[in-house]
Amino acid sequence: MNVDRRSFIKTSGMFAAGSVMLPSFLQSCHNEQISANVKSYLDHFEVSAEMLQKVIAAAMSKGGNYADLYFEHKITNSISLEDGKVNRAYSNVDFGVGIRVLKGDQTGFAYSENISLEDMLNAAKLAANIADQPKEFAPIGVNEKAPANFYPIQQKWTDVTIGDKVPFVQKINDKVFSLDEKVSKVNAFLGDETSYVLFYNSEGRLTYDYRPMMRLGAVCVMEKDGQIENSYVARSFRSGFEVMTDELLDEIATEAIEKTNLLFEAGKPKAGEMPVVLGAGGSGILLHEAIGHTFEADFNRKGTSIFSDKFGKKVAENFINIIDDGTLPYDRGAINIDDEGNDVQKTYLVKDGVLNSYIHDRISAQYYGVEPTGNGRRESFRNMPLPRMRSTYMENGPHTVDDILAQVDYGVYVDNFSNGEVKIGAGDFTFFVKSGYIIEKGKLTRPIKDINIVGNGPQALADISMTANDYKNDSGTWTCGKDGQSVPVTLGLPTVLVKKMTVGGTNA
Amino acid sequence: MTKEEKYNLAKWAMNHALENGAQQASVTIANSVSSSVEVREQKIDKLEQAIQSGLSIRLFVDGRYSAHSTSRLKKEELAHFIEEAIAGTRFLSEDEFRTLPEPELYYKGGGANLELLDKDFDKVDPQEKIKLAFDAESEVFGKDERLISVSAGYYDNKNERVMVTSNGFEGDSSNSVFGVYTSVSVKGGDARPEAGWNESAIQYANLKKEGSGNIALEKALSKIGQEKIHSGTMPMIVENRQVGRIFGPLINALSGSEIQQKNSFLINKLGEKVASEKLTLTDDPFIIGGRGSRLFDGEGLATQKRTVFDKGVLKTYYIDTYYGKKLEMEPTSGSTTNLVFETGDKDLQGLIASVNKGILVTGFNGGNSNGSSGDFSYGIEGFLIEDGKITKPVAEMNITGNMKQLWSSIGEVGNDVNQNSSWRTPSILFENIDFSGL
Repeated sequence: MNVDRRSFIKTSGMFAAGSVMLPSFLQSCHNEQISANVKSYLDHFEVSAEMLQKVIAAAMSKGGNYADLYFEHKITNSISLEDGKVNRAYSNVDFGVGIRVLKGDQTGFAYSENISLEDMLNAAKLAANIADQPKEFAPIGVNEKAPANFYPIQQKWTDVTIGDKVPFVQKINDKVFSLDEKVSKVNAFLGDETSYVLFYNSEGRLTYDYRPMMRLGAVCVMEKDGQIENSYVARSFRSGFEVMTDELLDEIATEAIEKTNLLFEAGKPKAGEMPVVLGAGGSGILLHEAIGHTFEADFNRKGTSIFSDKFGKKVAENFINIIDDGTLPYDRGAINIDDEGNDVQKTYLVKDGVLNSYIHDRISAQYYGVEPTGNGRRESFRNMPLPRMRSTYMENGPHTVDDILAQVDYGVYVDNFSNGEVKIGAGDFTFFVKSGYIIEKGKLTRPIKDINIVGNGPQALADISMTANDYKNDSGTWTCGKDGQSVPVTLGLPTVLVKKMTVGGTNA
Repeated sequence: MTKEEKYNLAKWAMNHALENGAQQASVTIANSVSSSVEVREQKIDKLEQAIQSGLSIRLFVDGRYSAHSTSRLKKEELAHFIEEAIAGTRFLSEDEFRTLPEPELYYKGGGANLELLDKDFDKVDPQEKIKLAFDAESEVFGKDERLISVSAGYYDNKNERVMVTSNGFEGDSSNSVFGVYTSVSVKGGDARPEAGWNESAIQYANLKKEGSGNIALEKALSKIGQEKIHSGTMPMIVENRQVGRIFGPLINALSGSEIQQKNSFLINKLGEKVASEKLTLTDDPFIIGGRGSRLFDGEGLATQKRTVFDKGVLKTYYIDTYYGKKLEMEPTSGSTTNLVFETGDKDLQGLIASVNKGILVTGFNGGNSNGSSGDFSYGIEGFLIEDGKITKPVAEMNITGNMKQLWSSIGEVGNDVNQNSSWRTPSILFENIDFSGL
């Protein structure tokens, strides 16, 4: 994507909170090999290729065997509605460079919020301290790498005013209220984010990314006979402002009403082990928690994951294929490059039931002697990259939803979740069910709500006995946390049957 | 930035907002310095250093409100940032409830020194920091054949901030923390149980520098053989450091925003008995060296010592200026400081000894609580207690119930208060909890 420098310094009266005003300057580099694209990013951060080379040299000066620079400028905006009016706006601007030095699998890291050569050299020297055998670093060239483009946009969020956004949020509120007279409160929001990323490493790789993100959603509160229930529904995409349509907000409003209505009749199942049918879509949380995290290669490299000795082994039925994919168009989990400058893949974690690949960052890929999978991600320039998921999902299987339900005498059907967690070493994972149904003799009967389900990763994976052909990606606002860092992800699943998991409930 | 430089920049930004269309504004400038080192297999695994600065501004423009923050602190950029923010705010709907606090509620100086900052923060030798991490790892490295992995680390940070508002508040605060931790994974059957332990302190001299490795190893080994047991209704003891997970939803239900937005199960309950008589809780901002101690809150309101629950009777909500206006209630402060429990007579061992058959919860695994109803369900791990003794480790189980019921069924509050946190939670015994397992 060609990034027009002028758009970064737009200073119209319009509200592009945080467009950074950069003084005009600069004839950074006359290197013939540098494209206009890369030059626009160098200009954006007010650096030249020569400066980057100097900083890398300082980072490598103590004997590190690899170093990289991750420049990031992130502009975040949100507006929200409470008590009928769009009456608050928030914005944040973050700007800086993270400098990382590796010596084998050891990491030195520092960052600077100021991008002067002096500040960057100081940070580079701190990060360099991971190594302690000073040596001369031979000058490196510039090997420009054009990134993929999984999320081309038409209208930048930084070109849109609050005035353009307000009507959509107001309409969600009005639509939700119009659909059901039990509605007593609506909170609606629209958030957008624009990140500029520039990357350079000690191997000379120079690349960049422009990362848009939006989230639109609502919390719907309803009251009936003194009982209060609420639901949160949202959508998130790496898209420009063109994604905002009446269809999208109608979809959100309608789903919020349906989900909340279900809760008034919902109860709790009996406690204990039982078959669990996971409906298509958000049930991909099973994959994220049960195997996604435990496949992250940093845990496996250290031997701390329950899957540490399962590589190449059969871990699931033959018809099961599980993927972690950074290439889905406009997906919240998509990235054109990972945060270590690597190309991004569609990675088969489980292929035909066999553990096929871990989730790698640079350190773990080197340790295992494999190509990086493009999973090195970080929350911001303030953090070092780690192996992280992108969009994690399962491909369709040979069964149908009817086949699956027919197998269950007593169990639960779940398809609406709020959160999950996993203990990497024990393999125990959980996910919290906002709503679902009890299954009795193959039929969905009473609705259930607010229960936690717990299972064990390897066991649950082996216990997936049927997979339907109705795969759906969930485009909610999934955010994954690890080591204090949050990154956006998505997940998806066709309907599956897990033979047994432990369902929270009552013993009465 | 020095404190004076922060004040000067904050006032400049505030005045720039007032000169360009805002009727009221408040500005906070904060910076922090931090370092951390993690050691693994007797080598440094990660070494990090950071200096961070940021400005945040709240704007009140023609009856409208917005809030903004940035890490770009050059005046020419800030000027532009503030002007654009003001222009954007004008697109919003008016909100009659948005104002700065009433000036008479502000902290006006003269408070005690709460001793939240180590004055010698910058004098700790970097080599000594690294050595502390190595020492923690050495406590356990190679000490048990079941060990798979040991990571140990040291971290510190210092935060300093100043805040000014256009109706007369000026205040600054600073705090520091130092910590040492160890996390351990061990092999036991197919599973690889992990456990960690963390010690922290405001003053470097007070940091308990040894022992985290041994505690982590002992905890990890004790988990070998974890299994789920049959579902049942039993007493539950929650270990002190874990109580926050089930206490959080109770505190959240007291928040002005949650009450006004009907996402609380404690709406209109002030003065009523909503929990067990064994629950008496004080919010005390003035504990010297307390992790949550402060003289003023995020809006500048002077803090006060308040009773939150008195023998189960709800005595206060957490109300900030905005939701106070919406609810027509006096603001108390929108956030907790130090939460202090009235404790019982027994330590954790004493509580365990009092249970015939029940479960000691030492960790939670996911789960959630419904804000409006208080219905909860959480994954747990811990130990089976039989005849007053721990008999085996359990995991892969859930507890399910309702927050009002849970906090009404306190059997006994322990006396083993966790001093490492602003929520000074003791271990607590609850009766009749629904466990789901086999």
